[in-house]
Amino acid sequence: MTLSTTHRPATDLGFLLHKNPARAQQVEVSTGTAHVFYPEATDERCTVALLLEVDPIALVRGNRGNEGFALGQHVNDRPYAASSLLAVALGKAFASARRGVSKERPDLVDQPLPLEVHLPALSCRGGAELAERFFAPLGWQVEARALPLDEQFPEWGDSRHVDLRLRGTQRLADAINQLYVALPVLDDAKHYWVSTDEIDKLLRAGSGWLATHPERELITQRYLAHQRSLAGQAMTRLAEVDDADTFDDAVAEVAEAPERPAPLARLRQEAVVAALRAAGAHRVLDLGCGAGALLPALLAESSFTEVVGVDVSSRALEVAARRLRLDRMPDRQRARVSLLQSALTYRDARLAGYDAAVLMEVVEHLDPDRLPALEHAVFAAAAPSTAVVTTPNAEHNVRYPALAGGGMRHRDHRFEWTRAEFAEWADGVAARRGYAVRYLGVGGDDPEVGPPTQLAVFTRTPGQEVAA
Amino acid sequence: MSDVRELAVPELSLVVLIGASGSGKSTFARKHFRSTQVLSSDVCRGLVADDENDQSATPAAFAVLHAIAAARLAAGRLTVVDATNVKREDRASLVQLARDHDVLPVAIVLDVAEGVCLARNAARPDRDLARTVVSRQRAELRRGLRGLSREGFRKVHLLSSPEEVDAAVLTYEKAYSDLRTETGPFDVVGDVHGCRAELEELLGRLGYELVRDPQGRPVDAVPPAGRRAVFLGDLVDRGPDSPGVLRLVMGMVRAGHALCVPGNHENKLVKALRGRDVQITHGLETTLAQLEAETPEFRREVEDFCYGLVSHYVLDGGALVVAHAGLTEELHGRASGRVRSFALYGDTTGETDEFGLPVRYPWAQDYRGRAMVLYGHTPVPEPEWVNNTMCLDTGCVFGGRLTALRYPERELVDVPAHRTWYEPARPFLSEDDATPERPDEVLDVADVLGKRIVVTRLSGRVTVRAENAAAAIEVMSRFALAPQQLAYLPPTMSPVATSARADLLEHPAEAFAYYRGEGVDQVVCQEKHMGSRAVALVRRQDAAGDPDRPVGERGALYTRTGRSFLGEELTREFLARVARAVEGAGLFAELGSDWVLLDGELLPWSVKAGDLVRGQYAAVGAAARAALPVAEAVLTQAAGRGLDVGELLTRQRARRVDIEGFTTAYRRFCWPTDGLTGTAFAPFQLLAAAGATFSDRPHGEHLALADRLAEADPELVRRTQHRAVDVTDPVSEQAATDWWTELTAGGGEGMVVKPAANLTRGRRGLVQPGLKVRGREYLRLVYGPEYTEPANLSRLRERNLGRKRGLALREYALGLEGLERLARGEPMWRVHECVFAVLALESEPVDPRL
Repeated sequence: MTLSTTHRPATDLGFLLHKNPARAQQVEVSTGTAHVFYPEATDERCTVALLLEVDPIALVRGNRGNEGFALGQHVNDRPYAASSLLAVALGKAFASARRGVSKERPDLVDQPLPLEVHLPALSCRGGAELAERFFAPLGWQVEARALPLDEQFPEWGDSRHVDLRLRGTQRLADAINQLYVALPVLDDAKHYWVSTDEIDKLLRAGSGWLATHPERELITQRYLAHQRSLAGQAMTRLAEVDDADTFDDAVAEVAEAPERPAPLARLRQEAVVAALRAAGAHRVLDLGCGAGALLPALLAESSFTEVVGVDVSSRALEVAARRLRLDRMPDRQRARVSLLQSALTYRDARLAGYDAAVLMEVVEHLDPDRLPALEHAVFAAAAPSTAVVTTPNAEHNVRYPALAGGGMRHRDHRFEWTRAEFAEWADGVAARRGYAVRYLGVGGDDPEVGPPTQLAVFTRTPGQEVAA
Repeated sequence: MSDVRELAVPELSLVVLIGASGSGKSTFARKHFRSTQVLSSDVCRGLVADDENDQSATPAAFAVLHAIAAARLAAGRLTVVDATNVKREDRASLVQLARDHDVLPVAIVLDVAEGVCLARNAARPDRDLARTVVSRQRAELRRGLRGLSREGFRKVHLLSSPEEVDAAVLTYEKAYSDLRTETGPFDVVGDVHGCRAELEELLGRLGYELVRDPQGRPVDAVPPAGRRAVFLGDLVDRGPDSPGVLRLVMGMVRAGHALCVPGNHENKLVKALRGRDVQITHGLETTLAQLEAETPEFRREVEDFCYGLVSHYVLDGGALVVAHAGLTEELHGRASGRVRSFALYGDTTGETDEFGLPVRYPWAQDYRGRAMVLYGHTPVPEPEWVNNTMCLDTGCVFGGRLTALRYPERELVDVPAHRTWYEPARPFLSEDDATPERPDEVLDVADVLGKRIVVTRLSGRVTVRAENAAAAIEVMSRFALAPQQLAYLPPTMSPVATSARADLLEHPAEAFAYYRGEGVDQVVCQEKHMGSRAVALVRRQDAAGDPDRPVGERGALYTRTGRSFLGEELTREFLARVARAVEGAGLFAELGSDWVLLDGELLPWSVKAGDLVRGQYAAVGAAARAALPVAEAVLTQAAGRGLDVGELLTRQRARRVDIEGFTTAYRRFCWPTDGLTGTAFAPFQLLAAAGATFSDRPHGEHLALADRLAEADPELVRRTQHRAVDVTDPVSEQAATDWWTELTAGGGEGMVVKPAANLTRGRRGLVQPGLKVRGREYLRLVYGPEYTEPANLSRLRERNLGRKRGLALREYALGLEGLERLARGEPMWRVHECVFAVLALESEPVDPRL
């Protein structure tokens, strides 16, 4: 990274940064050595370069919370790209400047200076456009150019790295603080740790500009990355074993869902709860509960004396437990709810004997050839008296501009059914497993393409079930 | 001195000692039982209260005692309760405990005089019991004595004096059902229901010689040498000649030529013959009418025979269990009303179906026991293995067949019914019952979740930790193919020991040295293609192409974690091509199998790892190629100003060279594909075919098979180059080393060195099935572009291979275990257990660069 000024005398930059232009200096940081030197230092123009020599071993050790190894730690862009590591070096090398302290030039501290910043390979998830969105509102003139992945494979497109030049007249302390926050945020690397002092750091560095920044929500969310559990780490390792990016996508979806559910999601929840209430259910399973979107609505209903959230992802269940604040729930309330890990492709004796089971937006996340296993696990083995199943209505997708040309509502959906397809499956299940089924729609019945969400209520017909 | 008193105790029972304080129970227990078999209330009081005499701790002490007793009984261990047990309610809870675990409760009463008790208590300094306590205990005991049998104790032994107590000797009784010493071979026959003619025919087919009485009626059948028939009950009712069947079977049992367990129909027949009030329905009316024509002696004989039948038998060292309606594992060898009822009627839910017949719980789907269970009771159109159980009732009397299974051969022998003798209430050949899954394919979370131990033939017990299972279940159920297609996941492979050479991390010499050290002289070196590890389940084409076929029958091409490589269309096309190659090479015919499971590599790597190549490798290259020149430029500028940045500049220049090597390396493994064009499959091992595994066939044979496939479809199937090496011959080693150097010079991945004989045990047990020796340039993709810098290399030499090697062997053992279970036709959960364990172990934290 280089930072230049054309302020006269430009060499005052050295006093502001507390780094003498006449010497090359080193600052040890946890991930390696940061070199500070001045490629040019004249009265007209002074440029400081900050070069971080990453120590790969320190890099591995520094990755707290992720005690295992990850190939990505050895083959990664950290030693080359401007990322959160550079932010740390920046923070340490120019600590006084960030605080706006200068013994020799106190008057310059609060004075906007003509500045120019160059980051030849900035890691930027979101591309040149996001860099623009970050810096332009802060008064910078932004020149961002995405780097191609590999000139030999033009079809691969651009990398997430950007050659970024910023020009503007800013207080030096502001510029450094903005970079300090921008680097990790644009990088959006998965550093699996967060603590309360990260929040303090963000608030300090962001003072004076973050609160009014149009992208403040994105900035805060990305800056404070999520913590990972043991099982979560094990999942990550599995993804690596198979050279896959991640296996954790379903959780990401729910974990990032906004606190207030979208109208359709809310209508869906209400419809499910109404169906359960109508069935007179008391003990209810939420199968595939994910991060627990439906659980609060179920707990709010006092007639449900027992609510069990079931999901295959232990990470999703951890998020659900946090969201429900299970550890702080009063005993009486706590006794009504439990969370357990299970997979609907396996039979699970713990799920037998409930009044009702909900499969809200779950079946479409299974490959079609796993549906018989789900059918057995839910309708033959668990065999609740009532089952409520919701799934998208594929016919309705044409009403969504983004899906007008085809495609599905979520990238993990393995299929989306038309009303006829859903009915074919559900009628078959009902016939084979001794249930009666009726269909409801959720979210306004479009005369042409039907409602956005399909809902089926299965009711067990006593004495009729076929022993499987 | 009185005579020796023999106290009979069933081998598996709950022995309840009864006697006042000081009556000598603990001494008796010490003398006759192992200390671990005896649960003493005093000891339990001590455990919970630090004081054996603290009476306030009694409820907690008994809770502990009951918990331990329950665990022991569940595990099938004789258990002795040493407590006064003079109160009826205390005994009642112990009788209930015995019943809950289907073992027999036995009472041994030590009824010695009060004076003796008091004298003994007085001699114990720690015990300070009031005189009244002992007399109250004795009074209570005496009151209860006569009712002990009524309370449920199956045996009551009363010892009325210290002399009798001293003279007592225990004798253990085997359970009636325990015929573990009978090893067969057996011919197990399903429900006969009075179909005498069919039975005669079946016995003939099985090689039995019928013996007839003067009236020509069969009264015995002499089995082929060493064999024995086992009848699964329901000999009678509905059919044309129940007395004839009984005459034959009773004769065979009497002669020691057959064993027989009772069916519900025999049970009811006994009641009817004894004049009890039973409904004369379901064919009983036929039998009774037929028996009317027989002599009273014969009827008496039938009654005694049927009455004396034992609910079930455990045979062949515990490997075989026979019961009329089947039996869950926890009831094997047990004795209780519940065992008998299950064995006769099965697991009924209490509901009835639309035909008025009881709804039966499909217990066999849940069965996870090691013993094979053979049973009848419910007519099935075809006998089918369900989790190592099989129902042999093929509805002969309803016009089906009479079926026998040869054990241990697992061969079915049947004869068709001569006619429909009786119309079934529910059509047993109905197609309506068809459910989408085969019962054997139902998997239970309990098969995989939590901490698990899988027993393997090659490597003993392999443990899977709970958090690894938790991760694996998500991947398995959300991303992997259906378990029916996933009989195998490839194990991880360890790299060779770290080379001592200055500029290398890996070199063939260490691989050769390893095998030499293990006493393996002949090895084979196989080229690595830098594709992705791929397993292909290839089915013969007439079967494979149809998307409507059941999941397990379509074939599959999957990755190391069981994910499908290619889209549905492309997978089908790929499998069809490979199947044609297998057919063309004559392999299906040669192996006598309609399917083969192949281990190999799928090329190029970018097919699977496209996201990774772009997101990780290319991105690193892009960032480095942009950043390093700028760094060099500003450093040059700074040096021009006289700043001391010379060393830093030198280092940045070296990094530029490294990143170029890195870029060249990853580019080699990427090329565009269009449909299958550009894609190649390089098989190197045949894993399994119907009924067979091939881990004992030399690698040379496997590679020769692969070459035949490559000849059949040279465009899709790639040959794996290889070299045979004698590691005791330096010339042979050198040739292979030269070959490796040539392979890796331009960034090639390297090779794998394997014992030529394949599965090999060495001096210290199982030998690594393969060691990878990777090229210097290729390793930039693994250890980072700059790993060759001397400082980095010297750090990397400290890499520790121990964990990886252990993991490689455990996964290898699990992989082969799964294949062997598949070949033996074991239930799917047994195969899946191994596959799942491999996946779970893969999530262990091991350096992924190894």
